[in-house]
Amino acid sequence: MEEKIKKVSIIISKGSLDGVYPGLIMANGARMEGIEANLFFTFFGLDAIIKKRMGKIKVATVGNPGMHIASLIGLLPGMSAMATAMMQKTMDKIDIPPVPEFIEMIADAGCKFYGCKASVDMFKLKKEDFCPQMDSIITVGDFYEKAAGGQIIFT
Amino acid sequence: MPQKQIGNAVFDIDADGFMTNVSQWTRDVAVALAKEEGIAELTAAHWKVIEYMQKEFKENGAAPTVRKINKSGVISTKELYEIFPGGPAKKAARIAGLPKPVGCV
Repeated sequence: MEEKIKKVSIIISKGSLDGVYPGLIMANGARMEGIEANLFFTFFGLDAIIKKRMGKIKVATVGNPGMHIASLIGLLPGMSAMATAMMQKTMDKIDIPPVPEFIEMIADAGCKFYGCKASVDMFKLKKEDFCPQMDSIITVGDFYEKAAGGQIIFT
Repeated sequence: MPQKQIGNAVFDIDADGFMTNVSQWTRDVAVALAKEEGIAELTAAHWKVIEYMQKEFKENGAAPTVRKINKSGVISTKELYEIFPGGPAKKAARIAGLPKPVGCV
């Protein structure tokens, strides 16, 4: 039998709904299997742990061929919000929570949350801008230290 | 179908060791399965979770997700992970005599 995965460190680098959820689901799934998990948020991925933004993560309706709607239609006001609301409703039915609740659940499951220092500096953010589940703002070097001995997944 | 014997109890299991017939479940079986999962003693909190999961299974035909367990008010997610270390949903389902959870969350 193959050796079991003991630890994963997942990087979330995008701020869209489809950019944020895969990493969250993988982190939560890791904890459910007893695997140690770290989440590292960088660039627009930081939106998922910024208090004011985490509840407003939306699916991109423009430039997203997977949506199967013409970009011109995706441009219409409210399209992104509508598509997001529809998706959230479906997800809720299969018990995938909205982002803020999911973050809380994953933190309660014992996953650690980190913000990328370079991105935090670039966007001129402060520790107070983040949700309480965020453990600390760390450098890339710190991230590699925390990820040592495990697998790194970039999303 | 494979079977497993614990003491005098014989019951059907699947390839992953989950019971396939909840009517064969007894509290003694739960205690034995818990030991296999590294839980030396089932406390009142464990039994509350087990009973809730069985009730949910009876009503909906599936073991509840961690989110649902948390929302039920039976136990918080944090405590659930503490009392079923190394995989709460799977371990609790197995001890409760339910099939392996199929969802991703």
